[in-house]
Amino acid sequence: MSVTSDASPSVLPDAGGHFGRFGGRFMPEALIGPLEELEQAWRAAMADTDFRSELDRMLREYAGVPSLLYDATRFSDHAGARVLFKREDLNHTGAHKVRNVLGQALLAKRMGKRRIIAETGAGQHGVATATACAYLDLDCVVYMGEVDTERQQLNVARMKMLGAQVVPVATGTRTLKDAINEALRDWVATVDDTHYLLGTAAGAHPFPAMVRDFARGIGDEARVQCLERYGRLPDAVCACVGGGSNAIGIFTAFVPDEAVRLYGFEAGGDGFDTGRHAATISAGDVGVLHGARSFLLQDDDGQTIDSHSISAGLDYPGVGPEHAYLADIGRAVYRPVDDATAMRAFALCCRTEGIIPAIESAHALAGALDVVPELGPEALILVSLSGRGDKDMPTAAAWFDLLQDPDDSG
Amino acid sequence: MSPGTAPGVAATLQRCRDDGRAALIGYLPAGFPDLDTSVQAFVAMVAAGVDVLEVGLPYSDPVLDGPTIQRAAERALAGGTRTKQVLDVVSAVSATGAPALVMTYWNPVERYGVASFAQALAAAGGAGLITPDLIPDEAQEWCDAADAAGLDRVFLVAPSSSDARLAATAAACRGFVYATSVMGVTGARAQTSTAAPVLVERVRRVSDLPVGVGLGVSSGDQAAEVADYADAVIVGSAFVRCLLDAPDRSAGLAAVSALSADLAAGVRRRAAAS
Repeated sequence: MSVTSDASPSVLPDAGGHFGRFGGRFMPEALIGPLEELEQAWRAAMADTDFRSELDRMLREYAGVPSLLYDATRFSDHAGARVLFKREDLNHTGAHKVRNVLGQALLAKRMGKRRIIAETGAGQHGVATATACAYLDLDCVVYMGEVDTERQQLNVARMKMLGAQVVPVATGTRTLKDAINEALRDWVATVDDTHYLLGTAAGAHPFPAMVRDFARGIGDEARVQCLERYGRLPDAVCACVGGGSNAIGIFTAFVPDEAVRLYGFEAGGDGFDTGRHAATISAGDVGVLHGARSFLLQDDDGQTIDSHSISAGLDYPGVGPEHAYLADIGRAVYRPVDDATAMRAFALCCRTEGIIPAIESAHALAGALDVVPELGPEALILVSLSGRGDKDMPTAAAWFDLLQDPDDSG
Repeated sequence: MSPGTAPGVAATLQRCRDDGRAALIGYLPAGFPDLDTSVQAFVAMVAAGVDVLEVGLPYSDPVLDGPTIQRAAERALAGGTRTKQVLDVVSAVSATGAPALVMTYWNPVERYGVASFAQALAAAGGAGLITPDLIPDEAQEWCDAADAAGLDRVFLVAPSSSDARLAATAAACRGFVYATSVMGVTGARAQTSTAAPVLVERVRRVSDLPVGVGLGVSSGDQAAEVADYADAVIVGSAFVRCLLDAPDRSAGLAAVSALSADLAAGVRRRAAAS
């Protein structure tokens, strides 16, 4: 089994990058030529067996792909149906993101670009990008909101250890969306020698399609593993959705399997009804942000609204356009999972399986528990365990009140 | 003001061309530093020789703007500037007789409703839109709405645009073609671009429309250089700086007037030299 995709490319997007009424290219003209060049280079690379086998080798030998499909029996006992974990947490750098990052970094090298820029929220994509750049000997600059550099100092240190330059972004809300703005501003001025390594399946065409195709190994592998081991497809696939790269990565192989239900779980934050969340599809407002038409959190004037989530990786006011499309045509269902529900699933996974999941992935676990009544006890449910939770221990320790007050010690 | 009372951008640019000079286009975000001052600044620009006004609609995620305009947009939004008030600013500045284009990222227009926005802009006396993140490939709805409302539509071209894209983009423009002189974001630069004359020449090969050059111009001398090869000189960040750096409102308005006069002399220098 090849770990880069053997499947025929998806029909969508169209030539302009549209998924139905979503997607497209809403970018300054200066970047349209470079985006066209990127698309051509990506398509040529994916048709080149040398590129494919080199990426395949890197994913196997360096990243630890294909990841395990794991039968989570004790978690299943609590769920009331059989739950399988696709163990992306075991990949190098601890999440699915390494697939996209290695793909794009190798592509950048092939295009002769020596410098990589990336945005990061909590720092996971930044760490993955810095890792790939160290591995492939590329210069790396990571833009990170000032709010995030302050609350994620360990990941800033990780990126620096790996040789990356971390640039704090002090404009706007000083978080992920502003880091993307700043990376785009860098790119428009440096595009001759620089590749913008976008971390999720969003943005202007070809990014949503390219990131999907680099990430779709998650679902391609799981589909084969499931058929080999259980002789049938899962009844449902569950994933968390921020920008949506791990979700589109695991959904894509199953989209043609109409009997397989696809569930995306968005960050419900303080609770969907409070308005303090990152559940863009559930909120249902269509607009344009960061280069594509999709759902987004916005006010009556179309100004972007801050998102809220305990999970930094889901804390983004937009979502990839293909998810908007899958929601629109009813192929996938998207629901909010609030912070408290996600953290209960986080704890359950720790205690029943000895696996500390990323808080992002805990949203998918919580969602899986929630859909069991709809599917029945005989159901086979595949969950994308998109990342490991070591990075989230400060958050979890505070949530569960596990940190000893220094005054009480001794 | 009713639609059509202000002359269109094409007529204004033609008048400048007849005078043997380039036109001067001045940008400020509406609502910066506050609504009233932004209107007065536009009035001061026109009084000191600016030919066409570019009214910026402040947006939360301005990816093509450098730090100066970002800061101004943030202040305008923090001050409570809404889309409706931007249209009020258009209405107020149209009374100067200079055509006013709105410069806006796309999402606020889409949110307002494209056809509704076009109608409201025309009713406010606006001349049209400059759309930095909308390319003609995505602009069918806007082109139809602009036709229905009689508005100009100004798209951007860049040094990285292919010949095919230059031709298609120029064909979709009405009023003028906006040439971004450098690969980069807005902001004053010490030197004018060497890529800009080449880009203007490439546009002229595929279009008869006037070509305006923006990004980086901040002085009369730079304006004169650009006026040598372009039909219009577009200045934004340098005007914003006048208001950002001023100790108070009257000093800011005085600085806007002085810069306008310097730039207006610059776009006429070529005519004086020839």
